[in-house]
Amino acid sequence: MRYIEPHAHMVSRTTDDYTALAVAGCKAVCEPAFWAGFDRSSAAGFRDYFCQLTEHEPNRAAKFGLRHFCWLCINPKEAEDLMLADDVLALIPEFLERDNVLGIGEIGLNKNSRNELTVLEKHIDLAARTNQLILVHTPHLEDKYKGTRLIIDLIAGDSRIDPGRVLIDHVEEHTAKMVLDAGFWGGITLYPESKCTAPRAIDILENFGLDRLWMNSACDWGVSVPLAVPYAALEMRRRGYGEKTIDTVFYENPVRFLSQCPNFSL
Amino acid sequence: MNNTTSKTIDLYFMDARSKLIDIAAFMDRVDRGDETDDFRYRAFMDALTCLNERNRAESVLLAFSDPTDEPINRAGTISACGAWPDKASR
Repeated sequence: MRYIEPHAHMVSRTTDDYTALAVAGCKAVCEPAFWAGFDRSSAAGFRDYFCQLTEHEPNRAAKFGLRHFCWLCINPKEAEDLMLADDVLALIPEFLERDNVLGIGEIGLNKNSRNELTVLEKHIDLAARTNQLILVHTPHLEDKYKGTRLIIDLIAGDSRIDPGRVLIDHVEEHTAKMVLDAGFWGGITLYPESKCTAPRAIDILENFGLDRLWMNSACDWGVSVPLAVPYAALEMRRRGYGEKTIDTVFYENPVRFLSQCPNFSL
Repeated sequence: MNNTTSKTIDLYFMDARSKLIDIAAFMDRVDRGDETDDFRYRAFMDALTCLNERNRAESVLLAFSDPTDEPINRAGTISACGAWPDKASR
């Protein structure tokens, strides 16, 4: 099979993982900027991270025959500090020129706080002014339902943003419908413990259609499975789906969304 | 979209059976540890009642969710725990 890994934090992964992705049929990996597992102490730390995402990591991926793309932002978990967020937001425009950048992400909410919302609004404004695609993280666990509603209200309220150029990630059974009904794309994240298992992800496709959904592993430094996407494809085969449907979900859908960015090519 | 050739029970019964036994054992363990007053466990017990409804997965997720609309004043350092702490006080 061929597939795209639309959300993976490869800076946290080993070269063995790159090998596994390539062998499994991955053609490109897309890496949103995220929380490093600890709070960075200054904007300089983010500058280094953005250089890693736009210079070092594409070279590392290329050694395994993989295209590497990235999204840039200050993640919501570090967005409580408004001064730091402003300093990082000021850094982003110079990096948007780089040729593996897909857009602004993964922005969004973590604990649904007022400061997180303020920083999300600033990211949305930056994306609107620079015509960038947007990738949105939704909160984990008990905060997801409320956070997803707040995110949808905020983005849908900005008339400059075409919802077809926004993907709202980590949808589950209680948030998928509201995301799709508002015209956004939805991402289903395959995690062993939180978020979705492969059988549930396929249930979501069966209930809501596969037109504007993709699946990702969101593999990072925590408990996660870099091959979760091809494992979900295997689960679809077990349910009797043919290769054409599987190709639509795991390759054509992400290519269709990501191709709205001129930097995305395979 | 729907699958046409596979039977859900054939594919998933043993897995679901195993998970149900795990849930039962978890509840026994909580009883033995005398932790049934924990707000997360109370939310868990409440969520179990959703299994009698339709759209069970969605209902269970909503049972654990914060249903309010207002953003909180400050994020703080407490991580999400899987159940809305304020539910118990409502």
